[in-house]
Amino acid sequence: MNIALIIIFAFLVLSFYSGIRAQKGKDMNMEQWTVGGRGFGSIFIFLLVAGEIYTTFTFLGGSGWAYSKGAPSYYVLSYISLAYVISYWLLPPIWKYAKEHKLVSQSDFFVSKYNSPILGILVAAVGVIAIIPYLVLQFKGLGIIVSEASYGSISPAAAIWIGVIAVTIYVMISGIHGSAWTAAIKDIMIFFVVVFLGLYLPFHYYGGIQPMFEAVQASNPSFLTFPEEGLSISWYISTVLVTVFGFYMWPHTFGSVFSAKNANVFRKNTIMLPLYTLMLLFVFFVGFTAILQVPGLKGADGDLSLLRLSLQTFDPWVVGIIGAAGLLTALVPGSMLLMTGATLLAKNVYKVMAPHTSDAQIARIAKWLVPVISLISLYFAMSGGDTLVTLLLMGYSLVTQLFPALLFSLPAKPWVNKYGAFAGILCGVSTVAYVTVFQVTIATVFPNWPAVVKDLNIGVVALLVNLVVMFTVTFVTRNLFALNRHTANTEGTPTL
Amino acid sequence: ISRMKARDWLGVLPFIGMLGGIPFVNRVEPYLLGMPFVLFWIVLWVVLTSVIMAFLNKIDPATKEDSQ
Repeated sequence: MNIALIIIFAFLVLSFYSGIRAQKGKDMNMEQWTVGGRGFGSIFIFLLVAGEIYTTFTFLGGSGWAYSKGAPSYYVLSYISLAYVISYWLLPPIWKYAKEHKLVSQSDFFVSKYNSPILGILVAAVGVIAIIPYLVLQFKGLGIIVSEASYGSISPAAAIWIGVIAVTIYVMISGIHGSAWTAAIKDIMIFFVVVFLGLYLPFHYYGGIQPMFEAVQASNPSFLTFPEEGLSISWYISTVLVTVFGFYMWPHTFGSVFSAKNANVFRKNTIMLPLYTLMLLFVFFVGFTAILQVPGLKGADGDLSLLRLSLQTFDPWVVGIIGAAGLLTALVPGSMLLMTGATLLAKNVYKVMAPHTSDAQIARIAKWLVPVISLISLYFAMSGGDTLVTLLLMGYSLVTQLFPALLFSLPAKPWVNKYGAFAGILCGVSTVAYVTVFQVTIATVFPNWPAVVKDLNIGVVALLVNLVVMFTVTFVTRNLFALNRHTANTEGTPTL
Repeated sequence: ISRMKARDWLGVLPFIGMLGGIPFVNRVEPYLLGMPFVLFWIVLWVVLTSVIMAFLNKIDPATKEDSQ
């Protein structure tokens, strides 16, 4: 075992230790285990939200896409900033309603708003299904980190197993209190590591950031701007919109909203959090630097670019620190995702089916669902060849289907009813599943349409299907019930 | 919360800049702060978003009500 791996495993043990300490400090019931009470202040919520958002995707996927796709990777900067803008208006009413009704999960919110336990089951199911590709992303990232830091002595498959076992144990022994403290360590580490790499590597290899971009531009003149077709401006705008709408629809992100102290925390966060996204610039700089320094990484191997360049540049102990920061960026959100998925299945699916189950039993079931979800994700991590960004976009297309039903539930009189919301979500998710399984794009269905339409993110199509079905079903069912009521009222009345 | 207040329209500006502006700035030259122009444009709007939201926080009475 080399020094890089020793450092990485030392950080893993430290994370386990902080998780155990956190659990000992609190005798946790179900609500505490899920949202940590509602007592986190502004700084801690900042860390918690940032800890969930900055994942393996940011660390390896962001640099991987800059390496293999170029300009289209800029979409990440835009969507995160614009999601915070929307949060200014979206989150305060959600928080107030959740606090008033003592809700602890996203599914609870839909059940309460639409008065429909069945809709709650559907929302929980969509959340868990969307979490799977996001978890696969974390596990693949962990596998890349452990495998690369071992200088080839641990195979990628064995490394993914190590990652899955580590995350599962971490969740089983901690819960949110462990996550929150590890998130604080992670955010400090990832900040310094990413800024260091993003500045040191371009200066080391090219003498600066602009010379690095000029070298990339000279080798591939169209790489730093959006192409005319494919991942074009049309793709960029539609992808940003789909991901902005889906940003707070992830069950774990939605759940973290409930742990704020007051509604104003979200408004204050909209000032600082967009600036936090500028950290991604440094990740892009690493990816662009790697293009000419570690050439030849094709397809999903582009995600290896940050670590391959680090291995080529630094001593093993530096690689160990970089790997440890990467480990934490997978461990923190990975644990949050696993915990959320298990809680959703136990509380919002199992308990609805078996209402007499006690809270203690539900908490036990949730904890034992953690390894089950881990193993399902492990299967997909081993079998799929997608890039980290592709996996994230797949998850986003799914959770974004919850956005219209959420948005239309916020006015005092919801714009759609529970039948419309259910049908819309179901059709939207089915559309995403169909295009994912059969690899359909607008271009394959309508090859002669203009590029501006063909390049649209397929999530937009699913959203349109969702909206049309939602309003149609609402209109039909409202009129049907009105007609039934009218018929019931006029039965027995003599007609002319 | 569905009436938009005048100040709420400030929230639309980052969308116009970051999405609507891209077709007009999709080029490499001139490099600004060492970055290709299209990337600089997005970074500029990330910073402007933060400024706009700070201003909105300052003028929105809801921020004072919810702090109490």
